[in-house]
Amino acid sequence: MKHARVVFEGRTFDATERDGQLLLADGRTAAFDAVQWLPPLAPLTSPARPRTVLALGLNYADHAKELEFKAPEEPLVFVKGEGALIGHRQITRRPKGVQFMHYECELAVVVGRTARKVKRGDAYDFIAGYTVANDYAIRDYLENWYRPNLRVKNRDTCTPIGPWLVDAADVPDPQALALSTTVNGQVTQRGSTKDMIFDVPFLIEYFSSFMTLSPGDLILTGTPDGVVDCKHGDVIVTEIERVGALMNTIEES
Amino acid sequence: MSFLPTGTVYGVLLNFRAEFDALAPRMHEPPYKAPPKAPVLYVKTANTWTPSGGAIAVPARAPEVEVGATVGMVFGEAGRVAGYVLMNDLSVPHASFFRPPVKFKCLDGFLGIGPALREGGDPDRFSLEVRIDGELRHAADFSQLVRSAAQLRADVGEFMTLRPGDVLMLGCNAGRPLAKAGQRIEITAPGFEPLVNTLVQEAA
Repeated sequence: MKHARVVFEGRTFDATERDGQLLLADGRTAAFDAVQWLPPLAPLTSPARPRTVLALGLNYADHAKELEFKAPEEPLVFVKGEGALIGHRQITRRPKGVQFMHYECELAVVVGRTARKVKRGDAYDFIAGYTVANDYAIRDYLENWYRPNLRVKNRDTCTPIGPWLVDAADVPDPQALALSTTVNGQVTQRGSTKDMIFDVPFLIEYFSSFMTLSPGDLILTGTPDGVVDCKHGDVIVTEIERVGALMNTIEES
Repeated sequence: MSFLPTGTVYGVLLNFRAEFDALAPRMHEPPYKAPPKAPVLYVKTANTWTPSGGAIAVPARAPEVEVGATVGMVFGEAGRVAGYVLMNDLSVPHASFFRPPVKFKCLDGFLGIGPALREGGDPDRFSLEVRIDGELRHAADFSQLVRSAAQLRADVGEFMTLRPGDVLMLGCNAGRPLAKAGQRIEITAPGFEPLVNTLVQEAA
């Protein structure tokens, strides 16, 4: 099943996809363009805590090559704050004067069970589902201190995610999904999750060896080759087979 | 009920002058190639949080851990500061600051959190002391920051909103002491309730 969170008539609803429409938790239906889309993940409560958002850099061999890095020997990981996340069909801000801001289409893994010292063979038992993330980067702000630094990777509006949280059961092999990005309808990025350097079971084992993952936590698994500059007005669609097509518009301000 | 944050906890590297100056001779060399321009931030994920009084498990791979005593600025509505809290920001010692320090800083339990929020106070006048097994091992005076609390807040706020419940730690002074399993770490500061954590060996 595909799950969403949307604002409709001023109220926030959990929703699911049915016959090309949204089925709201109160039984009504709404068209996709009649709602405001939120990240498809409910805030974590009881107790209230921030979602851990782990993200991978250079996790596709071709992208590592494109950026003139040799493939890493262990995962290159950074952390985002939950406040960087926005939903489907929202606006991402490009600061004036920036030279190079690019999208990054990524398979995002949503943790389903508390995971501590999990072996890779058991890793799929700990996954609730998958969604699509677009982990924008503004390369002008890269610095070699805890790189990629938060000014590049933790900006307001710069991590769209969604539209759907797709149940793990509906994605039998997350390591064989076509992935693509279009800019104003032109394909600019194509890849497959089979080309990840560190695959999803490895990542669950790696992280859970030193940090407990909790339900609702996110792992953004990196992007393949083919990132291009995004300008004011560009409509960016990052799409992953079986998981969804996440649309986003760039606005310079 | 002890205080725990509800939002994201951010830390900052190189925000004490002595810490910055100690690294300055290497800042133009690879891999850094230039001194940092923006605040050098990291995140202490929720799995790291340990209330005051709680034991913190140290894994076998880290015979000693670095004690980063600091003050966290806790945000309320509309970017206002709701108060301040003592923090014990533990790290597995690491010599390079080129890559994000997740496996050094995001271990379970690796952030001791003061027992209570202090409302008000002038962060430029804060000071703290660290005692390990009762022995004074470290001190920090927050008049010696590279970016004052107000400046740090402004420079971080330039690219990300600090939301209600978020915490921005002000940085750790140079000369951070090391501690090992079995030791008791006490952080005290005028105007704050002490933060105490004991390190224990992680169960095999």
